[in-house]
Amino acid sequence: MAATDLSALYSRAEAIYRDYSLGTVREWKARTGGLAIGYMPIYIPTELLHAQGVLPVGLLGARDDLEIIKGDAYYQSYICHIPRSTIELGLNGKLDPLDGVIFPAICDVIRNLSGMWQTLFPNALVRYLDVPQNFDPAIGGRFYRQELESLSADLAARGARPYDAEALRASIGVHNHLRRLVRDLYTLRQAAPWKVPTSELYVMLRATVVIPVEDAIVLLQQYRAGVEAADDRVPLDQARVLLTGSFCEQPPLGLIRTLERAGCYIVDDDFVQIHRWIKSDIPTAGDPLDNLVQAFLSDSIASPTRYIDRGVKGAELIERVRTSGAEGVLFCAPSFCDPALLDQPMAVRAVEQTQVPWTAFKYSENTGQFQVIREQAGTFADSIRLWSQA
Amino acid sequence: MSKDASQVRQKDMIARHFDRLAAAPDTGEKTAYTFVPGNLTELLLSFDLLPVLPEINALQSAMRGKTAEYIALAEKLGHSEDVCTYVKSDIGMMKSGNIGPTGQRLPEPNVLLLSYTGCFTFLKWFELLREEYHCPMAMLHVPYQPDGCITPAMRDYVVKQLKDEVIPTLERVSGRKYDEDKLKAHLTLAAQAEDDLVWVLQSAKHRPSPIDAYFGAVYYVGPIFSAFRGTEAAVEYYQALRSEIEERIKEGKGPVTPDGDMERERFRMVVEGPPNWTSFRQFWKMFSDEGAVAVASTYTKVGGVYDQGFRHDPSRPLETLAEYCLGCYTNLGLPTRINLLAQYVKEYEADGFLINSVKSCNSFSAGQLHILREVERLSGKPGGFIESDLVDPRYFSAANIKNRLESYFQMLEQKRLGGAA
Ligand code: SF4
Ligand code: SF4
Repeated sequence: MAATDLSALYSRAEAIYRDYSLGTVREWKARTGGLAIGYMPIYIPTELLHAQGVLPVGLLGARDDLEIIKGDAYYQSYICHIPRSTIELGLNGKLDPLDGVIFPAICDVIRNLSGMWQTLFPNALVRYLDVPQNFDPAIGGRFYRQELESLSADLAARGARPYDAEALRASIGVHNHLRRLVRDLYTLRQAAPWKVPTSELYVMLRATVVIPVEDAIVLLQQYRAGVEAADDRVPLDQARVLLTGSFCEQPPLGLIRTLERAGCYIVDDDFVQIHRWIKSDIPTAGDPLDNLVQAFLSDSIASPTRYIDRGVKGAELIERVRTSGAEGVLFCAPSFCDPALLDQPMAVRAVEQTQVPWTAFKYSENTGQFQVIREQAGTFADSIRLWSQA
Repeated sequence: MSKDASQVRQKDMIARHFDRLAAAPDTGEKTAYTFVPGNLTELLLSFDLLPVLPEINALQSAMRGKTAEYIALAEKLGHSEDVCTYVKSDIGMMKSGNIGPTGQRLPEPNVLLLSYTGCFTFLKWFELLREEYHCPMAMLHVPYQPDGCITPAMRDYVVKQLKDEVIPTLERVSGRKYDEDKLKAHLTLAAQAEDDLVWVLQSAKHRPSPIDAYFGAVYYVGPIFSAFRGTEAAVEYYQALRSEIEERIKEGKGPVTPDGDMERERFRMVVEGPPNWTSFRQFWKMFSDEGAVAVASTYTKVGGVYDQGFRHDPSRPLETLAEYCLGCYTNLGLPTRINLLAQYVKEYEADGFLINSVKSCNSFSAGQLHILREVERLSGKPGGFIESDLVDPRYFSAANIKNRLESYFQMLEQKRLGGAA
């Protein structure tokens, strides 16, 4: 693919990412007459929605260019930013194409937002999705299956196709394809981060959450072909860093660019986790709903939003540092984010045991000034480079 | 402030409990650290385990003026300034020798019983403690009630965890077999105490109210929210408390305040949110000086919403524990919380309601501005909104809060005069 094609592709993805009005969702609804259901970070079983003909639409907050007026009237200053921008978008009618929203159980802010949504948008389907923190198939698995069955029934009651095991098997197959593409792009970025700049990959991934999975697959295939063909992308002397903590409220694009300009190659991150939450292919043989449940229980990432019952806390982070070849860790969490910030001391301890250097800063999705972060990241990257040369 | 007999009794109960805890390394008694919402005190007692509640330690540390240094220490160790100050106070206390509220050293836990009910922070808090104590941990995940009802799936999930995870862990740690009869006996005692507690809380429907259902009531809920639910001592405490309040009603007395009995009840308030503990008396006086009495509060429901009819039922021991955990206040969806507040305003004939929004508690605070508007709409009464923190003195701005409260009470007064005109 020629470089111009790559830039056209990026522009298309960026336009989708920047469209607060969910134009692609409006088009899809006009074309199919189907239901579109939003979901808050981090994870929902999109396969189930897809199998019932529903378009899942990721609501990952706003950027730094949305003026928050109404949203601030709903939240005190000491609460993170994503709920206020989501409310702002909802009250401004930007989310009107959605027939409902799913709020997965990841923290008390998202949890309480589900209740607000119930009163603010009484005609919408509002589903709190309680994901288990018990990972025994006979206990947490059973509970989660019941949650999924009741979610499926709620969707059908709204006009979605009824549950069909065959359709779900097919959807799992499609989503496995998408997950593989994303994993491969992450692997390619680890091998050649200059080929897959994170600021670019991030925009691609943001676009994938508001378009149908089939279109997302095409977009990422084209992107993959584009970056592989981009011979003009050459390695620079940058420090390889793993960025963690940004799984829910996403940083503004400017922040990611700032880190890159400050001398960092981001070789692993927590952005747009929906396509990576389940780490490998979900089997399609057997009962597909059980397979979704089992994947959640035993093959999902060790997010700070999950209770780690067996296994060692921080072990997965260390493993990611190792496989990505990161030379340093950036703890980069949204301000006031309970899961990320309460987890951080434990994660820091784990990183320190491996002697990998780290630094930490916070952001908000509407952070507009990056000077301090630029200096901090620049110093960090310089010190890594000095060490590696020593 | 003169002490009623019930208060003396409570003080004595607490002192004895902490004495036992302090002596535990010598006596061999075993301890379980656990949380107030969704606590399984009767089950722990049935295994002869002594409960330790880190939130109660944190709030008592605040009242003793210790939390500023504890929080500073935790932040120095890398804990974020943005997170729950109870956690940081607890970590700071532990790192400073784990001296409890009575000045005695607390024993290390033999088990961490993580009842994950109504607050995400709990999950992280005990992960943090697990790293320090390396003791067994039992996790009980209590699903949230988004629609104000308990489904069979939710109840079964909790019961199954109790049977297959929590009880076997407690058996291993305590060295005792699960004894259902013993559990039932504790649950019977719990229900008796709950009856009297509800009577006491509902006594605020009288005019004047004989109790303050926020500041005063944090003492009243103390035994039942902590280590004593399901004990004879708690039953006796609540009987004694009830008799005292009956007496106050007979004598036409208002509530006790930091300055003695309240002379004139000017404003009847419903209060949402936890109190500030670092300046508790000062905060209380800002109300009582204005003749404002809390007639109902939601904070006194974090350890169980008994006034809505729930009682521990010994005939269904594990199911009742599950329903108890599921029903704690912060585990209820926002619409349920809103309706409960509006119901309190009406039933207790309140002049208004006030939200004390605490900086570090997302479980309570995220959504409170929405609650404010909705309760105003449903009840027709004006709401007030102030901000402070639980145990971080940096976030208690006395002048600011006092100003806000004074203007709020003035507004209530003007409304009343306007209404009478
Ligand atoms: S940013 Fe953190 S605290 Fe805020 S909603 Fe997301 S997970 Fe919850
Ligand atoms: S966040 Fe709130 S409910 Fe949770 S432990 Fe802290 S004070 Fe308690």
